[in-house]
Amino acid sequence: MRVTFWGTRGSIASPGPLTQGYGGNTSCVQVSADDGTCLILDAGTGIRALGDALPQDVARIDILLGHLHMDHIQGLGFFGPIFAPGREIHVWGPPSATLDLRGRLSRYLSPPLFPVRLRDVESRLELHNAPAEPTRIGAFEVTAATIIHPGPTVGYRISENGASMAYLSDHEPALGVDGFPVAPAWTSGHDLAAGVDVLVHDGQYSEAERQARIGWGHSSTVEAAAFARQAGAKRLICFHHDPSHDDEAVDRLVEAATAVAAGVLVSGAREGVSLQV
Amino acid sequence: MAQRSIELILFRQLATSLAVPVFLVDEAGDLVFLNESAERLLGIRFDDIDELPFEEWSTGFRAREVDGTLLPPDGTPLVRALQDRGPTHQQLVITGNDGVDRTIEVTAFPLEGGRGRLIGAVAMFWEPGEP
Repeated sequence: MRVTFWGTRGSIASPGPLTQGYGGNTSCVQVSADDGTCLILDAGTGIRALGDALPQDVARIDILLGHLHMDHIQGLGFFGPIFAPGREIHVWGPPSATLDLRGRLSRYLSPPLFPVRLRDVESRLELHNAPAEPTRIGAFEVTAATIIHPGPTVGYRISENGASMAYLSDHEPALGVDGFPVAPAWTSGHDLAAGVDVLVHDGQYSEAERQARIGWGHSSTVEAAAFARQAGAKRLICFHHDPSHDDEAVDRLVEAATAVAAGVLVSGAREGVSLQV
Repeated sequence: MAQRSIELILFRQLATSLAVPVFLVDEAGDLVFLNESAERLLGIRFDDIDELPFEEWSTGFRAREVDGTLLPPDGTPLVRALQDRGPTHQQLVITGNDGVDRTIEVTAFPLEGGRGRLIGAVAMFWEPGEP
């Protein structure tokens, strides 16, 4: 599988000269297979450029939303294929006990927040709850599970031919825990990340910032490294960079994670970078 | 051991911070956590027992009505909450592992996940006379 980062930033887009290295667009990651299967993890502002770059002959597009905070759906209305007549697009998102996915997305994709209503797009758009059981989408097996973050939120594990990656973009597994990490059975997201080749994980904060923002739903890069180490992930890619962090700040946070990663290869997600898993 | 559901993980973390005694079981009725306040009430330490199958904890504390009638294993408020998927409340007498009889009020309720799946159940204990 090939993993390409189109948006790596958390919370709000933060373009500018100081963030050019890691990028300013919000969460969007493409996962593609040799047979043309195209998964898109989250629809932050990075999805606009991805939509422009996608070949017309991609028969089906699956967008897997981790949750519905704005930085993960804001690009949906600017994703060109969604307006292409007849284009087959499936959007998956976390289930809610109160409102279906269409109803929740329509809160944004409707006036006055957006000029076009979701029901008026011309693609063949199908909306689904994130699968409760492992599900095949083209070449990939996709597993979704609820993880700790405010509001309904899922993480994803994607596997193909023995390769695997996990995507936990917004995740606070250390919430309420003394001495994180605790036992795997009591660690949010552990099963999704267990033994993966690549773990894309929330690394929004420094340790000091994290202490001031407990309950906001995010992790420090050091916590992300501890989580990756316990899960046995081979590689950790710190993701969802804080909008206030310039490239030098992200470099320092990646270094802090590397110092405690104990064998896990650590890097920071960079917009425009693609890797083969 | 497979990872517990996120609802159980979050409830355990909440219970760890509560002063009210909390007893947490999974969907099979097996004890998966009790907090420090419950440890004091039941005379056991969670670190010593880790988790307990339903068959052991449901008879281990000799739960009985205030008139002394012994409750069957499936007659405790926690098990009824799990089976009936609704809240229950009852006054009981229990004997802790320390041999002390205590009269307690038990409030129990089921935990259902976002997809309506039964995750487990929670019992909270109150000692009469507490504020």
